[in-house]
Amino acid sequence: MMNPSHGRGLGSAGGSSSGRNQGGGGETVVEMFPSGLRVLVVDDDPTCLMILERMLRTCLYEVTKCNRAEMALSLLRKNKHGFDIVISDVHMPDMDGFKLLEHVGLEMDLPVIMMSADDSKSVVLKGVTHGAVDYLIKPVRMEALKNIWQHVVRKRRSEWSVPEHSGSIEETGERQQQQHRGGGGGAAVSGGEDAVDDNSSSVNEGNNWRSSSRKRKDEEGEEQGDDKDEDASNLKKPRVVWSVELHQQFVAAVNQLGVEKAVPKKILELMNVPGLTRENVASHLQKYRIYLRRLGGVSQHQGNLNNSFMTGQDASFGPLSTLNGFDLQALAVTGQLPAQSLAQLQAAGLGRPAMVSKSGLPVSSIVDERSIFSFDNTKTRFGEGLGHHGQQPQQQPQMNLLHGVPTGLQQQLPMGNRMSIQQQIAAVRAGNSVQNNGMLMPLAGQQSLPRGPPPMLTSSQSSIRQPMLSNRISERSGFSGRNNIPESSRVLPTSYTNLTTQHSSSSMPYNNFQPELPVNSFPLASAPGISVPVRKATSYQEEVNSSEAGFTTPSYDMFTTRQNDWDLRNIGIAFDSHQDSESAAFSASEAYSSSSMSRHNTTVAATEHGRNHQQPPSGMVQHHQVYADGNGGSVRVKSERVATDTATMAFHEQYSNQEDLMSALLKQEGIAPVDGEFDFDAYSIDNIPV
Amino acid sequence: MDLVQKQKSLQDYTKSLFLEGILDSQFLQLQQLQDESNPDFVSQVVTLFFQDSDRILNDLSLSLDQQVVDFKKVDPHVHQLKGSSSSIGAQRVKNACVVFRSFCEQQNVEACHRCLQQVKQEYYLVKNRLETLFKLEQQIVASGGMIPAVELGF
Repeated sequence: MMNPSHGRGLGSAGGSSSGRNQGGGGETVVEMFPSGLRVLVVDDDPTCLMILERMLRTCLYEVTKCNRAEMALSLLRKNKHGFDIVISDVHMPDMDGFKLLEHVGLEMDLPVIMMSADDSKSVVLKGVTHGAVDYLIKPVRMEALKNIWQHVVRKRRSEWSVPEHSGSIEETGERQQQQHRGGGGGAAVSGGEDAVDDNSSSVNEGNNWRSSSRKRKDEEGEEQGDDKDEDASNLKKPRVVWSVELHQQFVAAVNQLGVEKAVPKKILELMNVPGLTRENVASHLQKYRIYLRRLGGVSQHQGNLNNSFMTGQDASFGPLSTLNGFDLQALAVTGQLPAQSLAQLQAAGLGRPAMVSKSGLPVSSIVDERSIFSFDNTKTRFGEGLGHHGQQPQQQPQMNLLHGVPTGLQQQLPMGNRMSIQQQIAAVRAGNSVQNNGMLMPLAGQQSLPRGPPPMLTSSQSSIRQPMLSNRISERSGFSGRNNIPESSRVLPTSYTNLTTQHSSSSMPYNNFQPELPVNSFPLASAPGISVPVRKATSYQEEVNSSEAGFTTPSYDMFTTRQNDWDLRNIGIAFDSHQDSESAAFSASEAYSSSSMSRHNTTVAATEHGRNHQQPPSGMVQHHQVYADGNGGSVRVKSERVATDTATMAFHEQYSNQEDLMSALLKQEGIAPVDGEFDFDAYSIDNIPV
Repeated sequence: MDLVQKQKSLQDYTKSLFLEGILDSQFLQLQQLQDESNPDFVSQVVTLFFQDSDRILNDLSLSLDQQVVDFKKVDPHVHQLKGSSSSIGAQRVKNACVVFRSFCEQQNVEACHRCLQQVKQEYYLVKNRLETLFKLEQQIVASGGMIPAVELGF
């Protein structure tokens, strides 16, 4: 895989870019791409650290290892552009891996891969919600590491593509600027890549990576310039540090434009910060959207849940939902939630193809956001019920919520979220099945979307939106829908089906949902076969049984049939969804968090057995690990020691994880915004721990 | 024993470790990482594993011997041991850790003690076998031979 030309790159000061730059053609460059990738690996386990280092070096990457998170952070801070990607363990003594992940995302905007021997869904979900681009299960295999460069490329591309969407004019303008600069930098657009070769700065390295991965040479040209010091000159996609001030300016600009309408170019203009590039803004916007989405999602989720089972709460979450609705949009707009994924999610939920507008914010997303709040519209078409909701947000250029300080917004959200979360939790705990939750479909606009079977959608909504709640939600919502649905097929399918548009789990009444939220609600999966365990053990048992009848062996069959459709989202849900909203939420969050769920679907679907107090029967480990063949996208479901008759047990056990998820969710409530990129491809389960 | 015989012995011995489930394919990954530029990689890593594991097992024993067992401390240790053992391919140790962790979650002190014993047993077993393996390898190398690649058809 590694191009022999790496020698040049490796030898250069900034790390090896040469390998990447050779060939001028995008393709060629990409081939040479990975070598010289600068990786920082953090793990307190010396054995693993040594192995990883060796493996990474074998991949021809440049490796820096450290065994303490604090040290890693200071290394990163000292050398802001010195690394392309970070791999970190989850459990470390001096700092939680997720904290490190957040810091890196916020301060350095680098892709971070989490890894752990822990493959429990909740932890993996946490990785997703915190913005990890991938999650590797130990023991890590070489194959998993060989492809980590894709995350670097993807990140760059997504940052590029957001501004592109802002409009052709912008694009042209940019290009002209770029070309101008590029020319100034001594590199014509097409020749940009060559110029890059000469640059050995680490900044260029970053650019190189980016450019090589890009199809747009024009934009690459922009970056190439002799720019080591040209961060300010917009030539490269420098990793701008978003200071509080800068961020405030940014948020003010966004608010002024309207979260959903904010496009990088305009934001840039409003901000009027010299040296800030549209790309900087675009990528920050994306993160901001994700962040808002997370915050909004929580409240939305809550709202949804509330809808389903707490009518009295309407009032309480109404405003919240409004807030959330806006938030979501805002999030989407601001890029916190990758617009594309949002679009996909929403589209999925609605059964539409994702329409991602240029700005990267799907039009429907706005509507979708709304739908999240409403439980009852599972299948609403976007235009319909949503339309009206959608109107609202759209018409309000600025939501009060969004006004002012980003902090203000944030503050609001958490508040709302907290409330709603608690409500939700209470509701859930009370056994109110999130009937609707089954589907985390964002579609479920709370406001009376005249959709059909309510149950499905509601749950879904929340799950997706809220990373925090996701754990809980995913489990719950995914399947809570089931509760409401008389047929056993219900929930499960709903959640799953939502996730996978392609799956037409016909059996499920919620089939209609299926197409709707492929992305959103159930990231994990369309595991039609898997009966989502109802929160209540008894009920889910029934359902499991019944669903099984419908679906054959849960999980396994589904996976096999669904291979192609498996997204990370899907997979997770299939298995884990037994836990009602939690799973749904989980999947949902995964769904939207992974804007591109590639076939690489390896989800740590396996839930930790016996995590919670249930004693896992020894043979019943529900390790339904679905992992996709890296090349092929075929999904294999591997169950560890799972006996068919244990399916119910498995579910049951997984079900018991709800508490975990809920507590995790609760804890997450106050989580700081995560700037992690949500381009989360999938969890890699390279090794299924046996 | 001549060189060829030694090499054969080594191969058989290695195979047996896999067949018995003491080692798994991850160990093969490690072996693949070893080459001329890193000729001792496997033994280095494994040595590191032993050192680290000795420490962890020690900590575990101490923790479990407390009057009041703090599972919040026990679990991370087991988790780490699970991670490192799986990384080098010590399959049985890893499996024992998995069981151990589940009992930790249940906060079942007595079961945890048993689990610790089990983990230790598996650990000493793999340690012993690997040390023998390395000795065989050293003998071969000392005789001027090459370590044969393990072909297990995994």
